[in-house]
Amino acid sequence: MSTAIVTGSARGIGRAICEKLAKDGVENIVVCDVKAEWCEETVEAVKALGANAIAMEINVADGASIEAGVDAIIKQFGAIDICVNNAGITRDGLLMRMTEEDWDSVLDINLKGAFLMTKAVSRNMLRARKGSIINIASVVGLMGNAGQCNYSASKGGLVALTKSAARELGARGVRVNAVAPGFIKSKMTDVLTDDVKNRMLSVIPMGKFGEVEDVANAVAFLASDAAAYITGQVISVNGGMLMP
Amino acid sequence: MTLEEKVKTIICETLSRGAEEVTPAADFINDLGADSLDLAELVMKIEDEFKDNMAGESIPEEDVASLKSLGAIVEYLKSKGVPAEL
Repeated sequence: MSTAIVTGSARGIGRAICEKLAKDGVENIVVCDVKAEWCEETVEAVKALGANAIAMEINVADGASIEAGVDAIIKQFGAIDICVNNAGITRDGLLMRMTEEDWDSVLDINLKGAFLMTKAVSRNMLRARKGSIINIASVVGLMGNAGQCNYSASKGGLVALTKSAARELGARGVRVNAVAPGFIKSKMTDVLTDDVKNRMLSVIPMGKFGEVEDVANAVAFLASDAAAYITGQVISVNGGMLMP
Repeated sequence: MTLEEKVKTIICETLSRGAEEVTPAADFINDLGADSLDLAELVMKIEDEFKDNMAGESIPEEDVASLKSLGAIVEYLKSKGVPAEL
């Protein structure tokens, strides 16, 4: 029996991660997003792949919402083996014009959300002496990006959270890693202008944008026993856009 | 089973120590070789075991520091209304 929870999985990368985990044989997949009804499409897609899926309404910026959700999962499935902190938002704008609210909302969801989730699931994972936590960071968390001070800070913070949590939990068999996607085709990037897209393409050695499945494959690897000795790492999935 | 026996069992399991080593006064860190993660785990298990007696509240961080031995945990739980005989 294995159970995974993926935050922000109503669509995009989160949904692709749920589907890939289901294909890889994870038995129970908890699809969560801010509204339970948003999760239905992902739930149906996962079920079609033969896994069990449930929708769960979790606001990752709210500790009480997370605690309640995690408790319910433990009651239903007995354990959480895989936790993917994927929920994220953008509120782009130049630093000088960025509002405090734009900063706070992005940090609350992208960074504090991952902290609260990690805290909630680690209790059960510590006891089980196993578990894999994967944080979805971003290439901009490693290199910065004009217009995304809030988003890049949250993603850079996720990288540091990943490393610290890996150090704390490693002795108990709980692994914590991050995946840092580059430019991936999704609703979050569809809104960019052609000019911006062309500029991005020019700095990607592979000459194309990534697919959500490319990210999901890296996550599934880190979630699996094939990555049993890997912790505290950041796997970049960016077509060569950044080589740290 | 007494409260002390129950807590002792949890400590032995968590710290992988024999019952003879876990005396009421044995200090988790200095005498039993526990590290901070062991202590966090121990507190977690105590919270889970006695959550009905503590109205589901977790043990406040300022109290955790005083829970250094079997004896200290037993006294703490008694002060929270956990009976000496379970």
